[in-house]
Amino acid sequence: MTPEGAPVRPSSAPPLASPDGEASRPAIGDYAIIGDCRTAALVSRHGAIDWLCLPHFSGPSVFAALLDHRRGGSLEIRPAATSFTARRRYLGPSAVLETTFRTAAGVARVTDAMPVPEDPGALRPLREVLRLVEGVEGAVELRVVFAPRPDYGRVTPRMTRRGALGWACAWGDELLLLHTDFPLEPTPDGTAVAGTLRVGAGERRALSLSYAKADIAVVAPLGAEAERRLRATLSWWEGWAARCRYDGPWRDTVLRSAVTLKLLTFAPSGAVVAAPTASLPEWIGADRNWDYRYCWLRDAALTMRAFTGLGLHEEAQAFLGWLLHATRLTWPELQVMYDVYGRTDLTEGTLGHFEGHRGSRPVRIGNAAHSQIQLDVYGEVVLAAHDYVTAGGRLQRDEARVLAGLGGTVARRWREPDQGIWEARGAPRQYTFSKVLCWLALDRLLDLGARGLVRVSAEAFRRERAAVAEVLEARGFNPAVSSYAGELDGDAPDASLLLMACLGYRPASDPRMRGTFDFIQRRLGCGRGLLYRYESGYDGMASPEGAFGICSFWAVDNLAGRGEPEAAERVFADLLSFGNDVGLFAEETDPGTGAALGNFPQAFTHVGLINAALALARARRGSG
Amino acid sequence: MLANLPARLPDLLLWGLLATVAMTTILQGAQGMGLSRLSLPFLVGTFFTGDRRRAVMLGFALYTIGGWLFAFLYFLLFDGLGLHSWWFGALVGALHGLFLLVCALPLLPYAHPRMASEYDGPTALRQLEPPGFLGLNYGSRTPLTTLLGQAVYGAVLGGFAQTPTITG
Repeated sequence: MTPEGAPVRPSSAPPLASPDGEASRPAIGDYAIIGDCRTAALVSRHGAIDWLCLPHFSGPSVFAALLDHRRGGSLEIRPAATSFTARRRYLGPSAVLETTFRTAAGVARVTDAMPVPEDPGALRPLREVLRLVEGVEGAVELRVVFAPRPDYGRVTPRMTRRGALGWACAWGDELLLLHTDFPLEPTPDGTAVAGTLRVGAGERRALSLSYAKADIAVVAPLGAEAERRLRATLSWWEGWAARCRYDGPWRDTVLRSAVTLKLLTFAPSGAVVAAPTASLPEWIGADRNWDYRYCWLRDAALTMRAFTGLGLHEEAQAFLGWLLHATRLTWPELQVMYDVYGRTDLTEGTLGHFEGHRGSRPVRIGNAAHSQIQLDVYGEVVLAAHDYVTAGGRLQRDEARVLAGLGGTVARRWREPDQGIWEARGAPRQYTFSKVLCWLALDRLLDLGARGLVRVSAEAFRRERAAVAEVLEARGFNPAVSSYAGELDGDAPDASLLLMACLGYRPASDPRMRGTFDFIQRRLGCGRGLLYRYESGYDGMASPEGAFGICSFWAVDNLAGRGEPEAAERVFADLLSFGNDVGLFAEETDPGTGAALGNFPQAFTHVGLINAALALARARRGSG
Repeated sequence: MLANLPARLPDLLLWGLLATVAMTTILQGAQGMGLSRLSLPFLVGTFFTGDRRRAVMLGFALYTIGGWLFAFLYFLLFDGLGLHSWWFGALVGALHGLFLLVCALPLLPYAHPRMASEYDGPTALRQLEPPGFLGLNYGSRTPLTTLLGQAVYGAVLGGFAQTPTITG
């Protein structure tokens, strides 16, 4: 991670890791996210938009320099000087990013946003990226390059001049229109446009990139109209953040995580994607590179808890609606993941022409885990519904029927082996955590049944719940290590077992949970509160990976739950140092350097942060 | 055919509607299949409102009415020339489509209240992308799909005019 305001020296980068100079490229933690709750773009500290998928999160990329700086494409506004510093921040509780570049000649500010639709019926671009440039001091020369590479760089773009409307890049039934109030010219190969923009103090320039698909494009005007769209977007985010009812410790940090979670929510359906990116490596140069632009049911319970805990009832309702309706195609069985529309065919492929982030290959799109069996997802969905109801939400009759059907599947299948929460790609195993979630599914359905909200086969569910508990206590708990183990009859630690306390299987103060917590800390702890999710080689892959972000926040939750709020707060504060300069967290962290690893920003990690903060707030109230 | 218009009016209305439906299905189908981004109903609707949802609904209504009214012009032409056949209808439709592509669409930025022009750029009111010559800004297959839609429209009307019950 680069501290805020640290110098960026593109021309005097550290020693190169490869002949291509990959090490001089922005690291994962050098990015910030902007979005419109339909898709998102990643903006580097160098001022380049290096990732953007259209028309939604799971769509093909038009900018993917994040994965291949030569073939991926980007939209760059950066100082022409070889040495400059960059300081970034989000404007208030918004997803509007402000980057201030300081060069020897002066200071310039770039404000990046994806305008959020104000009036649903208004004529506006299907998607828009708005970049406003402002001279602050002196005179700064900025290099502007628009190099789209549609369909993951598989389409060779052709730039067409559209007079005063700017430059067009069309392919299939899609169109990108770049409208600027300064001149740009095509590059010699005709696949990009570029120019140099000089801004003096007080001068303002604007760039709008609008996107259309299967429809007549709308070209957003610049000048005062662009400023108005920016103000409206800021106002929208402020209004949204005002709905967020959290008044515990680290409020700004929690709010940033809430905004990030909202950015990863696909507004038209309520689905929450795991991350906006694909194939960012869990270890630089290794092969743990997965596509996370989908919605994992695994994340459902904790995501719902974050929404309800923050008082975001609209998001909670939309999310539950998506969970129970998008999964109808596979009901009463559940698939591990779905796309934002609930589509189930997420076939995995590789992009052989991309070199990968800092040489990390293969670059995968789609995700083969979609066809795995993970029995924990039933519990996740039921817990999400239970949490929603407990927070005051109401279940529709058809939703109650869907939940009852899921309970039937759990009662029938809980004895089967599966791939587990971590989606290990080897043979199915008897994962303890999967059994825990099966127990929780039956338990919470019985509770909903007792409240008259869901019609369940109470006798059968009670019988199966007791059978699951018996297996968990007899074979899931290993007295030799005084801990629950990752697998039945096993002796290996698994950080997901910390969730047994977070989700309510056993209290964190229970002796068996204390033993499990200690065992996990001893075997998976890697310093400064970081935890690996399991030991190296447990998942059958030879390559290394970083510490898993959310697991550490589960440990905070456990500490708070077992009556150690000071220790919990200490660990929480340590963990916050692994966020980047604008408060974003990746899936994993390199324990040696603190660098962000894996897809970014990761909803699951931010969900963990929010829930840990909520647990700390509860602990404070409890001790206060 | 138009000599006994009152008696034939229901048939004319029905076939005018069928021809409009056939043409609209082709044009909207082409848009849905990614062959073109052109939507004539949307362009018609945005003449009257800046609300996308209303524009689409209103545009479809007006476009359908327009198709009906144009059917009478086609029948007048068939009668005037004494050519009542599907192929002549298709030819007239194709010529009509060509006129749209070559003359009407490129003139839209000057007439459409919400369309931007490549000379002036977008404003708060005028933001729609102009179609360009032959509507090529909306995709390279736009001329083809437009000509096909219009030709089918004319062919349906010509085929109707060709039937003995009508021409007789």
